[in-house]
Amino acid sequence: MKFTIQVNEGPYQHEAADTAYHFARAALDKGHEIFRIFFYHDGVNNGTRLTTPPQDDRNIVDRWSKLGQEHDIDMVLCVAAAQRRGIVDDGEAQRNGKDATNIAPGFRISGLGQLIEGGIESDRVIVFGD
Amino acid sequence: MPETKKLMYINRKAPYGTIYAWESLEVVLIGAAFEQDVSVAFMDDGVYQLTKGQDTTGIGMKNFSPTYSALGDYEVNKIYVDKESLEERGLTLDDLQHLVWEDEDEDYAEKDSIRLVSRAELSEVLADQDVLFNF
Repeated sequence: MKFTIQVNEGPYQHEAADTAYHFARAALDKGHEIFRIFFYHDGVNNGTRLTTPPQDDRNIVDRWSKLGQEHDIDMVLCVAAAQRRGIVDDGEAQRNGKDATNIAPGFRISGLGQLIEGGIESDRVIVFGD
Repeated sequence: MPETKKLMYINRKAPYGTIYAWESLEVVLIGAAFEQDVSVAFMDDGVYQLTKGQDTTGIGMKNFSPTYSALGDYEVNKIYVDKESLEERGLTLDDLQHLVWEDEDEDYAEKDSIRLVSRAELSEVLADQDVLFNF
């Protein structure tokens, strides 16, 4: 089955980011396909490489980056949500005159249309969050 | 792209307090460009999103409620409101904005967009969708 996964909550504050990750791993292990993982609302905070959790805790951002790179998964941060929350890539920094970037490897910033397209192209959209 | 799908956006949260309602509305507006069979549902505290006379000056936030009246222009004209959710909150249809759309096929006659449905009816509508976006 082809899935699009939507993550609506930030890391650590809410377990949705963990559950989404475990679901994605389990789905891939079972031979399913993930068309896209779309991060929305505070979920865009899953994509900042500046996260520094304690060493004895899971590193949620690195975990996403590894998953994305291992399986070549399209991981998209919503641009409007990212702008509000200060998640920046090179293009955004240039467009909005910011002095830094913080997007983590394996993520890209794009529009909400990517979520809708995910819904159209996938067999299922699974939403994680409240 | 595959055939047209039935997309439904479900709104369950109050308009302020969290950003879900606002960012949901942004998805609906962007999604309108994809020419799918779109409907929107309001249930639980989500029914407050459609109340008329919203005034956010006291909380210093943008009042985005006027945007709902533009949904008809985006051809988003199937707006389901859960009757029981209204009743549980002491609200009636009169407390909500009057949302309309213009029917091209009938000389642009103005028609109501809001469909007041029971929870049981709404569950049937939900079951009939291809994709549910939950906010």
